[in-house]
Amino acid sequence: MKILVAISNVPDTTAKISFTNGGAEFNAAGVTFIINPYDEWYALVRALELKEAGKATQVSLIHVGLADSEATIRKGLALGADDAIRVNAEGPDAYFVAEQIAKYAKDNGYELVLVGKETINYNGSSVGGMIGGMTDWAYVSLATKMDFNGTTATIEHDIDGGTQVVECTTPMVVSCAKGMAEQRIPNMRGIMAARTKPITVVEPAGNDKLTSIKSFELSKGRTDCKFIDENNMDELVNLLHTEAKVI
Amino acid sequence: MSVLIFTEINKGKVKKASLECINYGAKIAQTLGTTATAVVFNADAAQLEEIGKAGATKIVSVKNAALNNDADNALIASAVEQVAKAEDSKVIVFAFDVTGKAVAPRLSGKMKAGLVAGAVDYPVANGNALEVKKNVFSGKATAIYSINSDVKIISLLPNSFPVSLGENKATVEESSVEVGTSKITVKETKSSSSGTSVPLPEAELVVSAGRGMKGPENWGMIEELANVIGATTACSRPVADMHWRPHHEHVGQTGIAIRPNLYIAIGISGAIQHLAGVNGSKTIVVINSDKEAPFFKSADYGVVGDAFTIVPKLTEAIKKLKANSN
Ligand SMILES: Cc1cc2nc3c(=O)[nH]c(=O)nc-3n(C[C@H](O)[C@H](O)[C@H](O)COP(=O)(O)OP(=O)(O)OC[C@H]3O[C@@H](n4cnc5c(N)ncnc54)[C@H](O)[C@@H]3O)c2cc1C
Ligand SMILES: Nc1ncnc2c1ncn2[C@@H]1O[C@H](COP(=O)(O)O)[C@@H](O)[C@H]1O
Repeated sequence: MKILVAISNVPDTTAKISFTNGGAEFNAAGVTFIINPYDEWYALVRALELKEAGKATQVSLIHVGLADSEATIRKGLALGADDAIRVNAEGPDAYFVAEQIAKYAKDNGYELVLVGKETINYNGSSVGGMIGGMTDWAYVSLATKMDFNGTTATIEHDIDGGTQVVECTTPMVVSCAKGMAEQRIPNMRGIMAARTKPITVVEPAGNDKLTSIKSFELSKGRTDCKFIDENNMDELVNLLHTEAKVI
Repeated sequence: MSVLIFTEINKGKVKKASLECINYGAKIAQTLGTTATAVVFNADAAQLEEIGKAGATKIVSVKNAALNNDADNALIASAVEQVAKAEDSKVIVFAFDVTGKAVAPRLSGKMKAGLVAGAVDYPVANGNALEVKKNVFSGKATAIYSINSDVKIISLLPNSFPVSLGENKATVEESSVEVGTSKITVKETKSSSSGTSVPLPEAELVVSAGRGMKGPENWGMIEELANVIGATTACSRPVADMHWRPHHEHVGQTGIAIRPNLYIAIGISGAIQHLAGVNGSKTIVVINSDKEAPFFKSADYGVVGDAFTIVPKLTEAIKKLKANSN
């Protein structure tokens, strides 16, 4: 089984978010970019575990983005992915990104596409389901456990108000959430090996961008916290009742 | 043309998130000068009536045993696609909840329809495009997205608008769809909600606690506080990682993002990744022994002190309020 892990390049979780050009663009100055945590900790690590267990033959990374994301791709290779594909085009339209990944997966014989639950910059939770719709493959969302017996997967995933265990045969798309695997740190050998692993650059197929971002705005923070004495919970309750009107 | 709203039934009732979507879709239909049509699977008369009250002018009522709440997203997407084509729907509305997060993108991929996932405001028309605001960077910012395709899909972030029900009655049209067979076999379904509490993503009131509670044995007071106000419990990530609490309670960047009316954070420091999942809450109360805890910077009300003495006092004060208002 060949696994294709879709990785996104996102600002570090502690990065200060700001915009330039009158709110038209994200200000990347001084921001460190990382692999989207869900893609790295859960999707990629689980794919590597499946290969280590002899259940997968190849783990490839795919990223839709420009050359400036190569450092992020190298980190994924350092963790143990065999090779990487970069589709040389800018996101973030989820349809466009999904179309590139769906096409590459089908044309190159991948049977399992893993994505993260969501990206921490665009928070769309969209790309995985779109790939499912485009390929007509099964799509299992929010997977927290996944194992394989031949081409059949047993997957535990979150549903409304609970969890469900399902069985499904490849080809398929799975979005990965917490529980799938534990975060790994790349070791020196991995980092050295990553330097010579191939990153294949391909040009995008088509230019179907169905959405675009017009402008950004920072969310308003809270102005002032009202402090209430720890011995006066009646006052807090009163404020919640009459001022905030939430209880 | 029409605006189509995907509606779900849960535990015998129309889901609150779906009622929000009907209100939302009805308003979009009004601005676009068209009808708001709801699509629902296997609904009974009372549920259809409620969908009408929320503002749908027409309901396409599909009866098909293969389509239940946790059906394969491929089957649901196929059913919605057939109805959308029959109704000539140019805007399709979903809730940005577990089902909507799986079905809306699948439909987008099938129909080549641009999707804005997690809208927080009404769309504005600009020529043939619709412009919609959504949260980005885990709530640290918002962005205006423009959808340029012919068919447009919007999924609405739950709790963005209050639900209002009127006297409207919808016309109901029975419809049958052909959805094929699922490639996914369900082996086991487990319910995680302990008893009656509202699932976290839909909860209006949330009581959440962190590592400051020292251990799982101390959660009794947290649950009691949640009980008296009718809130759902949540926790920070380390608490779920240490298995003090089940993982579905974990809120934040890597957990669930919520935006209740009230979020009470107890013994949680307020790390940026935690805030990312809760800063959309309307009112935030922070109880923390460290007056320098970063969470106070994002709070509306703060209490500095030991949670072990404050939480029981708060519970008593709320009981008093409830007793007085009865
Ligand atoms: C990529 C990434 C993603 C992450 N995602 C998440 C996420 O989704 N959700 C999340 O929560 N975290 C997340 N984290 C972890 C986050 O950075 C913090 O480590 C975590 O939120 C801290 O949890 P806490 O506040 O419960 O514990 P602590 O930071 O240990 O804080 C405990 C607090 O309790 C207070 N306290 C102690 N005793 C008492 C007492 N008796 N009474 C009152 N207060 C007391 C302390 O003053 C302190 O402020 C993530 C981290 C990373 C790197
Ligand atoms: N530009 C991209 N390149 C490769 N994979 C991506 C890209 N954007 C998103 N993904 C994948 O799709 C998942 C969901 O992204 P989103 O729909 O943006 O929340 C991510 O966790 C990634 O696995």
